Amino acid sequence: MTRTLFRNLAVPVVLLVVWQLLSQSGFIKPVILPSPVAILERLWTYLLPAQTYAESAGFADWMWSSELLSDLVASMRRVILGFAVGAGLALPLGLLMGTDRRFEAYLNPVVQFLRPIPPIAYIPLAILWFGLGDPPAIFLISIGAFFPVLINTITGVRNVDSIYVRAATNLGADRMTMFRRVILPAATPYVLTGMRIGIGTAFIVVIVAEMIAVNSGLGYRILEAREYMWSDKVIAGMIAIGLLGLAIDVGVNRVNNHLLRWHRGIES
Amino acid sequence: MNAHHIVKDMETQTQPLVRAAGVNKIFGVEPSGVVALKDIDLEIRPGEFVCLLGPSGCGKSTLLNAIAGFSLPTSGTLEVSGKPVTAPGPDRGMVFQEYALFPWMTVEANIAFGLDIRGTGSEEKARIVDELLDMLGLKEFRHRFPKDLSGGMRQRVAIARVLALDPPIMLMDEPFGALDALTRRSLQDELLRIWRSVGKTIVFVTHSIEEAVYLGSRVVILTYRPGTIKRDVTIDLPYPRDSNSVEFNAIKKDLASLVHAEHDRFALDERKGLTLD
Repeated sequence: MTRTLFRNLAVPVVLLVVWQLLSQSGFIKPVILPSPVAILERLWTYLLPAQTYAESAGFADWMWSSELLSDLVASMRRVILGFAVGAGLALPLGLLMGTDRRFEAYLNPVVQFLRPIPPIAYIPLAILWFGLGDPPAIFLISIGAFFPVLINTITGVRNVDSIYVRAATNLGADRMTMFRRVILPAATPYVLTGMRIGIGTAFIVVIVAEMIAVNSGLGYRILEAREYMWSDKVIAGMIAIGLLGLAIDVGVNRVNNHLLRWHRGIES
Repeated sequence: MNAHHIVKDMETQTQPLVRAAGVNKIFGVEPSGVVALKDIDLEIRPGEFVCLLGPSGCGKSTLLNAIAGFSLPTSGTLEVSGKPVTAPGPDRGMVFQEYALFPWMTVEANIAFGLDIRGTGSEEKARIVDELLDMLGLKEFRHRFPKDLSGGMRQRVAIARVLALDPPIMLMDEPFGALDALTRRSLQDELLRIWRSVGKTIVFVTHSIEEAVYLGSRVVILTYRPGTIKRDVTIDLPYPRDSNSVEFNAIKKDLASLVHAEHDRFALDERKGLTLD
């Protein structure tokens, strides 16, 4: 137990100490690579509310004057909106394409053609179509979320074990019941995997979109910091992005585990 | 699942519940196609417990699937309750060897599934579900998911799910094949108890001679490819049967020689790599 902990911590601690020493000794210029301590300090001031606490303005006002918090919220809002649009379109389309061969035959070539185009490649078009601001960002994020959810939903519906369909037919299920109570739940493990990948992609895209189209959010903030040559703030922002990404993944995983509490995993 | 049903069955005693006349089933196209069933003539009367017995590849499951409506005959007449079989339906409840429970539903929801489809009122539904949970000893498991149940318990749920719709016929495809010997015997006893109390007609596929003699009021032995009826035996032993008794073993021995002849033909094909399943 302690041995594992030691092994886990040894390399990061050594790296941080060497890094700190190199920066302190002036061997590496702070603008190239600031010291870990400087980054932590910067992260702290980034998190602290900008206003001094005033009774009249209230607690919420004070809290949200924190630049980091408002950036986190701005990025999260875009991820959620973009994901809702992308997954909201992909889910019904995927269910249809998975169940109806003819429908799939019509749409599959288009899907296969568009799927390999990275969402980032849509940036010029997004700006031409939507200008600057939230709309192009949400458009890009929704593309990032759309394809993973679509592809996994199709696969999920395809892989529904025919024994369930037989059992339900035998018990008198009509098409609607079959779809709602058999196909859909049987496909959820795949659909949720798609959503997890989709939200991961959405999170990548939001950072890029914020660097280009808007002036708030974590992606915007680290690009802004670069213009002032604030390397410590750039890295502090990266750390915040990493932590938010981790939090999202843990959260999504929790939800998945709850929704799939009936599922016994890979085996059968 | 009540007295009312038995009375109704008595009235229709003269009319067979299942009638197969000249039923053929060919998979693929002849001459390369496989003749799974050939000239099957079979009448099953209400209240019978018919075991379809034979080695792998004898078409016993094919016949069951035809009655269920999953895979219709290539030619011939197949009627249930006087009407030709055209599609699967809840009047022929099926219990599968793989249980086929919906893993995303609790035990309770699995049993209620057919009633939901039928649109049974919630009070009536609760009453039926409670009764079945009680009958099959599933009370403490009602809120569990199938993954948390043993094989025996799962098969109980599958039986309850079918009984909920009170079908005149229950079709069972090697339902206890995946269970250990002890669980198997207790489920066999339970099935017999249910059969005798609710007056269902049961068509039961098995490759175990012992199981067929233990359960069936009638045992139909099928031949290996093409599947034809080799022997149709009424088992007169009173229930509950004693599998150690002389009479039981005499019948078993009798049937064994018939089944083994078919199994040898199957084994020969198997060595030649001709078996499909």
